[in-house]
Amino acid sequence: MTETTGGVELDEEMSGVIKKFMFVNRKAPYGTIYALEGLEVVLISAAFDQDVSLVFLDDGIYQLVKGQHTKAIDVKNFSPTYRALEGYDIEKLYVEKESLEARNLTVDNLIVPVEVLTSAEMAALMTEQDVVISF
Amino acid sequence: MKFGIMVSEGPYTHQATDTAYLFIKAALEKGYGVPRVFFYHDGVNNATKLTEPPQDDRHIVNRWSKLAEDHGVDLVVCVAAALRRGIRDENLAPGFRISGLGQLVEAGIQTDRLVVFGD
Amino acid sequence: MLHIVNKSPSERNTLDSCLRMSGKGSAVLLIEDGVYGATKGNIAEGKIKEALKDRSVYALWPDLEARGMQDAVIEGVKLVDYGGFVDLVAEHNNAQSWL
Repeated sequence: MTETTGGVELDEEMSGVIKKFMFVNRKAPYGTIYALEGLEVVLISAAFDQDVSLVFLDDGIYQLVKGQHTKAIDVKNFSPTYRALEGYDIEKLYVEKESLEARNLTVDNLIVPVEVLTSAEMAALMTEQDVVISF
Repeated sequence: MKFGIMVSEGPYTHQATDTAYLFIKAALEKGYGVPRVFFYHDGVNNATKLTEPPQDDRHIVNRWSKLAEDHGVDLVVCVAAALRRGIRDENLAPGFRISGLGQLVEAGIQTDRLVVFGD
Repeated sequence: MLHIVNKSPSERNTLDSCLRMSGKGSAVLLIEDGVYGATKGNIAEGKIKEALKDRSVYALWPDLEARGMQDAVIEGVKLVDYGGFVDLVAEHNNAQSWL
């Protein structure tokens, strides 16, 4: 007989389950596709009515920098999409203070309002999540 | 306990896909369930049946197909990421299926732990 | 919480960021090229030793062995195989891969 332990069926029904999802962005845009495809997951997650947090750490903060003009590199500028997140009820956006300061940036440089957390506060936020997906 | 797995890199270039596979094998041996593996980013390249490694190398794609066959693991390839990279139903290896990103979120909701393997 | 790091500390800042944002009592697992961070004399040795005071640090033995670093492991770093990796994920409330 074949092993079937892996094939535990996922339930069809999942209404009512609300988990804490955190999406972690640590990579800059355009150099790799992770930021763009990561954002696509975040948008889809909105349809599942979960408790979604979006965090930007290290170079991930560069995704949010104002004034991106991508015409000359022939890649779509997806930064305006971050402004649309609010319309999807994704309103918990966090950046780490140390990452921000290490890049000579302030919240005024960012295209969306974010909450700035210290490393310790970020650690606490991560700990309380159910699902952490990083890109 | 059930584990959901996300694989974000293609085969051979990054070790991520090997680590994911060995993690899943170990989890199954311990009697845990692994209902779904979701392939995203270049991870969709794990799903092409056109893959032909040298004879003395591991066959990463066939290894996934066997995992689906032996253990019923649902191998889901993200449709948007797949189409971008030329992965379609015509070149899909056995055991894989193409579906939407919702399948990843669903795995996060319905399993007890989601583990991401990438770069 | 389990933090998983797969990058060498002399190539990327991943381990640094993970240690900065991992809370006391959490566990850090070094896999793939991340295992270089578990070896004596590496650039992050001081930070690993500091982390060991209030966190558990693990390294994936098959990755250490594959890289010929099995005899250079920093004291206090615990070694696990893939089964141990699975146990760590099961034992902690969540796992974050520091990609």
